[in-house]
Amino acid sequence: MAEQLKWLSRRARMDIWLVFHPQTLMRSAGVRFGLIYAGLFALSAVALTAFLWWSTAGLLDRQTETAINADAQGLVERFLDGPNALVETIQDRLAANVDDDAIYLLADSNLRPIAGNLELWPKMVTSDVEWTEIPIDRAGVRGLARIRQFVLPGGYHLLVGRDVQARAQLRRILGDALIWAPSIVVALGVAGALAVRSLFRITINDVAATAAAFSRGDLTRRVRVTGMGDEFDRLAEEINNMLDRVASLMDGVRQVSNAIAHDLRTPITRARARLEDAGRSARSEADLHAAIERAQSDLDGIVAVFQALLRISEIEAGARRSAFARVDLGPLLFDLAELYTAAAEENGQVLVHDIPPILPIFGDRDMLQQAVANLLDNALKFSPPGSTIRLAAGASGRMLEISVSDQGPGIPPEDRARATERFFRGETARSTPGSGLGLSLVQAVAVLHGGTLRLEDNRPGLRAVMSMPALTAANAPPFHS
Amino acid sequence: MRILVVEDDKDVAGFVVKGLKETGHVVEHADNGRDGLFLAASENFDAIVLDRMLPGGVDGLRLLETLRAQGNQTPVLFLSAMAQVDDRVRGLKAGGDDYMTKPFAFSELLARVEALTRRGKTDAPQTKLTASDLEMDLLSRSVRRAGQKIDLQPREFRLLEYLLRHAGQVVTRTMLLEGVWDYHFDPQTNVIDVHVSRLRQKVDKPFPTPLIHTVRNAGYMLRAD
Repeated sequence: MAEQLKWLSRRARMDIWLVFHPQTLMRSAGVRFGLIYAGLFALSAVALTAFLWWSTAGLLDRQTETAINADAQGLVERFLDGPNALVETIQDRLAANVDDDAIYLLADSNLRPIAGNLELWPKMVTSDVEWTEIPIDRAGVRGLARIRQFVLPGGYHLLVGRDVQARAQLRRILGDALIWAPSIVVALGVAGALAVRSLFRITINDVAATAAAFSRGDLTRRVRVTGMGDEFDRLAEEINNMLDRVASLMDGVRQVSNAIAHDLRTPITRARARLEDAGRSARSEADLHAAIERAQSDLDGIVAVFQALLRISEIEAGARRSAFARVDLGPLLFDLAELYTAAAEENGQVLVHDIPPILPIFGDRDMLQQAVANLLDNALKFSPPGSTIRLAAGASGRMLEISVSDQGPGIPPEDRARATERFFRGETARSTPGSGLGLSLVQAVAVLHGGTLRLEDNRPGLRAVMSMPALTAANAPPFHS
Repeated sequence: MRILVVEDDKDVAGFVVKGLKETGHVVEHADNGRDGLFLAASENFDAIVLDRMLPGGVDGLRLLETLRAQGNQTPVLFLSAMAQVDDRVRGLKAGGDDYMTKPFAFSELLARVEALTRRGKTDAPQTKLTASDLEMDLLSRSVRRAGQKIDLQPREFRLLEYLLRHAGQVVTRTMLLEGVWDYHFDPQTNVIDVHVSRLRQKVDKPFPTPLIHTVRNAGYMLRAD
């Protein structure tokens, strides 16, 4: 026994233990599927046997009847030449019957046998029976026969039959098979269960291992995609997408923490220095008040940065998607244009707009307003007096675009990719007030709406384009009353 | 006015209570939700300043919902550190009249509390708003000052209407942005100042006495003096 166990690898023993241990048995999806498979297998085995029995036995019956009829026809023809000719023919045929399955019996009107291979007229065959099946006893061997009775002229009775013992044997074989079938079904079922289970394991193990590694902190780990394009591949791709999303959210959190750690330190330092300096060296109450007021506005600035950061994280986390509704960008943009036109004029700039009256989108009104306001804020801030700022919107195909173009210094091509990073401030923006979060928020809003933010050269100036899917019949939300 | 402040942080509560008292209000303070609910339900207040996260088993939302369920319609201003858009929506849905996030400027809080109490009193539909010699007809949507017709753009009309409805009170830029434009963000550009200054050009410039005043570090006030 120990030798045999040693022969099995430890892993195989584990498998067997796992498969046959009653508690784990039903918990394994593989075993469950295996059992279902075994049940279906048993059902189809029974159905197949029944069908085989029915068709084989039926065929044999029909063959026997055909043979009996052909035989009988010949004999009846011979009878036309007289009973003696028939007796002769019966004897000839019996002699020629190698298989020894033919049965003939010619009897007179009192049912006394004249010729044939039955010793007695079977009691069960009365004169009104044509086709029947009787047990026969020939030379001590019991058998089963299918026979046909003919009543011939002159009171003669003729029995023509065939031994159908073969059919009985077939029945026995099939019956034995049915007795063995359950054990075969069980064996095949278990084998199937093991096969299904190991298939499951191979596929699920990788997913489980990836998930475990991911939760331990290995954010680069992904599920292997075999490239066969089957259901498991689809599952793997979906899981990988989810992991990508989780990783990017974690990255966002890390970025915010870094930003708080580094970029908020500067204004906090400034505010603190101002207060400390005032506490140490303010000569009058007016000095003190002025210092406190400046520190207050520094703190307000810090709070504003803080709120912008949290807002961006909130948007990037996708939590705002629950507030999505049908929004008409036409009036929304028109109102914003109106709000900023006066401010632009005050700066000596011109704000022109090209907005269609109706431009539906499925989105978050507040977020879209804030994003476009950020773009306009930027445009007003960076444009020189006398220049033109253009707010335009329109749909092209399935996408709609909102663009704000200015004639300011623009963003050099090498900085454009980084311009949407949190706290990024280009060379030209260093000298102007701002937090470096405006474009990050615009980008986050565009992405939240399934779109992108493009920064282009307006020659001269910057053209910022929010490109987002338009509201079409295909992506329209279900109607809510 | 009698104002109830329900706030558990000692420093913030002390700051708010002191400030409100200095501006001539009578203030009661509760530092937990249970006491706050008891005070709010048993006494009459003109406004309640309510924190959302409170000790004592009853948080701000529960307190307000209980109060509204009893039919108490005292105006409530939420003052909360919960600053997400959804938090704000939840606060207003629970029956809050306004929502401010911490940190806050006292001038903003004061302006909003006073705006709330005024709103509570004048709910009857008005067809005419007046201040000194300025007259606004809400039906014909026309404005006259000293008998002289003033032409206003639709947005200017709504801006003036808002100022008139809060005449004698400080109105902050954020309040104007929310009340007149329905915007819930702070633009970096001084857009509101520009619009107010344009309104002044039409309403104040041609006349000897100005009505729209700038309140330093706070906002604007329409005042007849």
